[in-house]
Amino acid sequence: MPKLNVITREGRYLAIDAPSGHSVMETLRDGGVDEVLALCGGCCSCATCHVHLDPQWMERVGPPGPDEDELLETSDHRAPNSRLSCQIRFDARLDGLTVTVAPES
Amino acid sequence: MEPSYDVVIVGAGHSGAQAAIALRQNAFDGTIGIIGDEPDLPYERPPLSKDYLAGDKAFDRLLIRPEGFWKERGIALELGTRIVAVDPNAHAVATDNGHTIGYDKLIWATGGAPRRLSCAGTDLAGVHTVRTRADVDQMKLEVGKVDRVAVIGGGYIGLETAAVLSQLGKKVVLLEAMDRVLARVAGETVSRFYEDAHRARGVDVRLGVAVDCLVGEDQVTGVRLSDGTILPAKLVVVGIGIVPAVRPLLDAGARGGNGVEVDGLCQTSLSDILAVGDCALHANRFADGDWVRLESVQNASDQATVAAKTIAGLKAEYNAVPWFWSNQFDLKLQTVGLSTGYDAAMVRGDPRSRSFSVVYLKRGRVIALDCVNSTRDYVQGRRLVLGRLTPDAQRLADPAVPLKELEG
Repeated sequence: MPKLNVITREGRYLAIDAPSGHSVMETLRDGGVDEVLALCGGCCSCATCHVHLDPQWMERVGPPGPDEDELLETSDHRAPNSRLSCQIRFDARLDGLTVTVAPES
Repeated sequence: MEPSYDVVIVGAGHSGAQAAIALRQNAFDGTIGIIGDEPDLPYERPPLSKDYLAGDKAFDRLLIRPEGFWKERGIALELGTRIVAVDPNAHAVATDNGHTIGYDKLIWATGGAPRRLSCAGTDLAGVHTVRTRADVDQMKLEVGKVDRVAVIGGGYIGLETAAVLSQLGKKVVLLEAMDRVLARVAGETVSRFYEDAHRARGVDVRLGVAVDCLVGEDQVTGVRLSDGTILPAKLVVVGIGIVPAVRPLLDAGARGGNGVEVDGLCQTSLSDILAVGDCALHANRFADGDWVRLESVQNASDQATVAAKTIAGLKAEYNAVPWFWSNQFDLKLQTVGLSTGYDAAMVRGDPRSRSFSVVYLKRGRVIALDCVNSTRDYVQGRRLVLGRLTPDAQRLADPAVPLKELEG
């Protein structure tokens, strides 16, 4: 199965099985990354699933959508490589994607 | 010997689950047991009236954590079990099947039960509430066989359910006792906007109507209004709020009434008993310190985190800004703050454009925003609410002026 690589807030490195068709947020949650709250359940209404993409994946993953872009502004840790993980649908093209869980706002 | 846990959490919803997760995150290494009255693992409730009812999301995708997670974190789940009594002196709770469970600390996270209509006919087949997975699964079994649906209650749950059912091709009538929908939670502009949006999609919205009873033999066949009109419907959804599930705690002597009172650390008046989420009556900074109960995921999660920290010996007072969302049709409503008690409301943008926001003020200070398809205002307005700022009214009403420019 394709893998998602995760760097947690404590700096732990995890490689998680990532089913195609699920969002990166769901994969983080199901992979036991507790610190991802994802309070709105993935409907792009909060910013509690914020991650930073490994810069070399930015082009392939693409930029945030308009609402997502606004929501990211609520974070003190907004960076050029910020995304809300609920808005990234995982597929085989993203096998090996590396994300870092953003610090708590 | 009776089972016991260092922390017993009563309720396996959003707040109960988050309390357990946050305890472990804060390095609490005692035993934890979650007692839930539903048979399911902790799951997200908001999709019940949205994607789950629509059939767009399978149940396993609503799980707050996968099954294996709870075992890995050493969190015991006792599901399908209701707590019927609390003995604060003995530090024990009693279950509906006659067992007792001991605790050092108890977190009450039971939420509430749907308020029932007080009229005849509420026990008929085909009458539904929207609170649990079982409620919605039963509704989904029946919905394919009916053409006409009556939704009683024009709050978020009623409106969201009406939106999904009308999108499933049902003829929906929505009945609201007040003279506008969302009357308890939003200003008139937002109410009228949602009434129009529903009507434009074919929902028959009726305001200021009183339900006399539900009619039918065994199966509901319609709703009779106080003026004698009978609206035919073989499926009736009742969405008229919840009653906080706090009876056992109040019986044990906890202070409360409409919910159980908690302080800023989520502690009840009974020692070693905390309460969080929909059932917790608390003095909220964003309600000018008034006592409120908030029925939201934000409140459930943030209070649960506070309670966990209290138990872990970290003092973190609850003072998070309230926020809410509601998805209906292609409309995304995002709310920040609490608008109760506002004395002025400024509309930014034209509701006919389907993207606008309403800023609620109290004595010149921003206390809340309702933002429809307007995430920018929601995000930027949040800072106005947090700071209880007093922006210039004329500029506030000008949608061309970004809210972030009004922070000064």
